[in-house]
Amino acid sequence: MQILLTGLLLGGTYTLIALGLTLQYGVARIMNLANGETLVAACFVTFWLYTGLGINPLLGLLVIGPGAFVVNWLIYAWLMQPLVKRAKNRGMLEVDSILATFGLLFLFQGLMLLVFGGDYFNYEFLAQPFTIMGNSFGLNRVVAFVAAAVIAVALYVFLYRTDRGTAVRAVAVDPRAARLVAIDVRKTAAFAFALGGAITACAGTLLSTFYTFNTSMGVVFTMKALIIVIMGGVGDIRGAVLAALVLGMTETAVASLLDPGLTLAANYALFILVLLFRPQGIFGKRPA
Amino acid sequence: MNIPRNEILALGAGLAGAAVLALLPLVTEGFWLSIGVNIMLYAVMCTAWALFSGPTHLVSLASAAFFGVGTYAVAIFIDVLPFPVLILIAIAAGTVLALLVGLATLRLSGVYFVIFTLGLAELIGQIVTWVQTNFGGAIGLYVFTDFTETHLYWMLLALTVVVFITGWLVNRSRLGLALRIIGNDEAVARHVGVNTARARIILFAISGSFIAVAGAIMAPRYSYITPDAAFNPMTSFMVVIMPMLGGTRRLWGPLVGVVPFTLIMDFISSNFPNQTAVIVGIAFLAIVYVLPDGVTGWLETMFHRRRSTENGPLAKTAEEVK
Repeated sequence: MQILLTGLLLGGTYTLIALGLTLQYGVARIMNLANGETLVAACFVTFWLYTGLGINPLLGLLVIGPGAFVVNWLIYAWLMQPLVKRAKNRGMLEVDSILATFGLLFLFQGLMLLVFGGDYFNYEFLAQPFTIMGNSFGLNRVVAFVAAAVIAVALYVFLYRTDRGTAVRAVAVDPRAARLVAIDVRKTAAFAFALGGAITACAGTLLSTFYTFNTSMGVVFTMKALIIVIMGGVGDIRGAVLAALVLGMTETAVASLLDPGLTLAANYALFILVLLFRPQGIFGKRPA
Repeated sequence: MNIPRNEILALGAGLAGAAVLALLPLVTEGFWLSIGVNIMLYAVMCTAWALFSGPTHLVSLASAAFFGVGTYAVAIFIDVLPFPVLILIAIAAGTVLALLVGLATLRLSGVYFVIFTLGLAELIGQIVTWVQTNFGGAIGLYVFTDFTETHLYWMLLALTVVVFITGWLVNRSRLGLALRIIGNDEAVARHVGVNTARARIILFAISGSFIAVAGAIMAPRYSYITPDAAFNPMTSFMVVIMPMLGGTRRLWGPLVGVVPFTLIMDFISSNFPNQTAVIVGIAFLAIVYVLPDGVTGWLETMFHRRRSTENGPLAKTAEEVK
């Protein structure tokens, strides 16, 4: 029970990371391998805001979210747009965007290494016990989960209840058809990429409240996000939420029952299972 | 076998070049020899990488995983088995790893393959660390041999020659033809009866085992082997950036990128050790945006454009008809 709940709490943050990536890949068609670096950068900014300026991480979300939105918009406009224009088909864009974001990954990692060094960082925030059903958990984990849930629900409402959100979903389904109903595909893609980056950054802020982080862990989180997105089905929000919770619980179970050094192996095991049995995602339909 | 004359000439020139390069250790020692080892190392790995990733357009980010597997094959058995046997073990380990990755992902779309390879080095590194802390005692392993830089250089040079000959043979074979069709249009390849998954998996195994052998040969240089060093993600990064600079359309394309880049990297890492990742990241982006087909691809395009303008528009249509 303890394991299930801990995993569930962890899964909340994973959900946000994966939602960020699924917006970038599912809508803007950019396979962003530097996604984990956005997350790590947000961890460090939160750390700096909290220990340096005494700003509460939850308030920090209000700064980091919009900040990441602007930065990711610029990345899309300056770096990704030329690739989109150059690409003759979707496959070419995929190869180009993988290469470009792979370069970005090392650039960002190098920059953060210069500024913060390679040490592990953490800080104490709401480090009190909190009891759920007779088990005690760190209050910071519970707060992070609630905040993640609020952001995820807000995103859901935006995507399914507003015109702008419907436009985003339309581009995800078919960019050409979306243009026929007067949706500005380029703008919407840029918006989705920026929004995805902002959500990933929020996940980073929440993660930093209870997790020890360092500059080189980005790749592992990109991996997790990618596995969740594939498991849930690209662009499928319900699938991503379910997959994130499954991944969080599996990881916690492996870490507490076997060994914490095997969590990445657990991720890969899940990934292989998905590839073997449901490559189209949990709720996905088999292609005809 | 019916071999075109220019290919025989290229083969002869290549072998003559290799023979001249083999004399390097007799002329110089120290700095230039160790640069030579680095160049040969990347020549093997980049050419092997381009053998698979060039025609299939599937970007493999797993080079560090293969390299590390080869290094560990040597590190584990160095005290009990002779070195040539260790090379065979490295080949076997690289092939098995490539088959596992290939069977899991290459039957599906290419994205899964890229994702899978992204974290692979990290995964194997973590598992090795886990095994060593729980069963092995220490984190690192010692490799003591009598090999000097000269021996490493000769072995890597020989391996480079083998990679080039393999690449040439693959290009001439049915497998190479199949891969070129897959790279141009996978649907067409399937319709003409190419088993696309099988062709990719075989080639990935060939490419991966070469990188594993390169890792095995380099093991004596490190002498103390840790998962962090053997599975360093920088290896994967270098092996993507150098062929990108040179171009992957020709077999010798990656080599054009390897030589200048290794020299520049040595300069950067000795003068700006802390900024290396930043500089290389910027260089990578510059190549992706400015030279998407690499130097050789760019030269070829310029050459073709010039020739077609010289011959006028008629020549162009004639070429299109042909």
